Amino acid sequence: MGALILLLVIIGAIALMAIGMYNSLISLRNRCDNGWSQIDVQLRRRYDLIPNLVETVKGYAKHESGVFERVTQARAAAVGAQTVKEQGQADNVLTGALKSLFAVAENYPELKANQNFLMLQEELAGTESKVAYARQFYNDTVMKYNMRQQVFPSSIIANMFGFKPREYFQIEEEVAKGPVKVQF
Amino acid sequence: MYEQISRNKWKSVALIVFFMAFIFVLVWFFEYVTGWGKGGLVLAVAVAMGMAAVGYYSSDKIVLTISRARPATKDEFPYLYNVVEGLAIAAGIPTPKCYVIDDTAPNAFAAGRKPETAVICVTTGILEKLNRVELEGVIAHEMSHIKNYDVRLSTLVVVMAGIVALLSDWMLRSFLWGGGRRRGRGRSGEGAAGGVLILVGLALAVLSPLIATIIQLAVSRKREFLADANGAMLTRYPAGLASALRKISADTEPLEAANKATAHLYIVNPLKNIKGSVNRLFSTHPPIEERIAALEKM
Repeated sequence: MGALILLLVIIGAIALMAIGMYNSLISLRNRCDNGWSQIDVQLRRRYDLIPNLVETVKGYAKHESGVFERVTQARAAAVGAQTVKEQGQADNVLTGALKSLFAVAENYPELKANQNFLMLQEELAGTESKVAYARQFYNDTVMKYNMRQQVFPSSIIANMFGFKPREYFQIEEEVAKGPVKVQF
Repeated sequence: MYEQISRNKWKSVALIVFFMAFIFVLVWFFEYVTGWGKGGLVLAVAVAMGMAAVGYYSSDKIVLTISRARPATKDEFPYLYNVVEGLAIAAGIPTPKCYVIDDTAPNAFAAGRKPETAVICVTTGILEKLNRVELEGVIAHEMSHIKNYDVRLSTLVVVMAGIVALLSDWMLRSFLWGGGRRRGRGRSGEGAAGGVLILVGLALAVLSPLIATIIQLAVSRKREFLADANGAMLTRYPAGLASALRKISADTEPLEAANKATAHLYIVNPLKNIKGSVNRLFSTHPPIEERIAALEKM
């Protein structure tokens, strides 16, 4: 009788532990999803700022149509990107195009003094760092999630219920490490 | 970086445990000397908690008022807002409210009981004097204080220091007015040992508020190191905060809005006190050089 109760207690304790591990895996998975959508929110904000910026610069530098075209195209490509990889690449092209836009702006002192332009420049810089931080947070969360799936004993639960490790957000090596070309 | 964070956490826990043990020893002597029994402790805990609760629930408002801070709007300070929002994303907490103090001395602090109601306050001087990377380092440090619930921890420590202060105060009074307990009961067999214990109790009563303050400050310094390390984790760039600390400490301008009561909140002690080992023991912040050295080791 005593042994039976002991057995039941042990089984109960194991079940409670398993439930706890399962729940923490679920909440980490949700946090990954949330982190991912946070990146999207910031990227969207960045795309929304670009047309305004192009319009403002156009008002002062009408003859630089090549640069505007490149920025607009790069933006369209980034908005339309489907996969994570595509998106990362399109984003790098867009960053390069924006750099050349700001390089162009350097030649127009009136533009550089324009309050609206300065605001947009600050907003864009802020949004870019937010994108970077959102990616960092996503990667940190993915690391926690993947780790929880690999360490014992929660690895048993992860295997049983088919939790899959998430992919980290990575920027293509050659693009990220190379210098950005600026063309005029 | 990871080891620094876990070591810091461990040290704060050790300090708190030591503090509790200290209170227990004090209670034991208290009971022995005054004969109030556990009632004294209950009363001391209740009074200290009552006082701390007031501070806990209104500390952010009080601090912001004393410091003459005003809410920062996004239109007026887009730069500050972008940095704060970015680091809130990095830390995974809701964006704290931003306040500014119109003062040219560079400094910053965070307040609030939990991440949902936290505020970050900076001087206009820090916005002018630091570049973006340095400001991110400073804001990341404050963000870490919020994320680590440092306000809650320091309140806990203040409560414990308050309990110690009350107990020792009452112990001293009972020496003065009652001349110790058990006098009337005449347990002569305990005489010599009791006398020694009473002497120790007297010494404790005099010294313990001092010891409590020293522990309280030690906890505060540990949390500064921890916030530095966590902040560096957020920006992944310890050199930014290191350079900001160097700039802030090199600035000789005093912050008029800061006083002894609020000095411990700021990222760098705004009172610019003199160096020395005694001062170090009674300082809320570790020396800047040590913080910079720790950041550069990461």
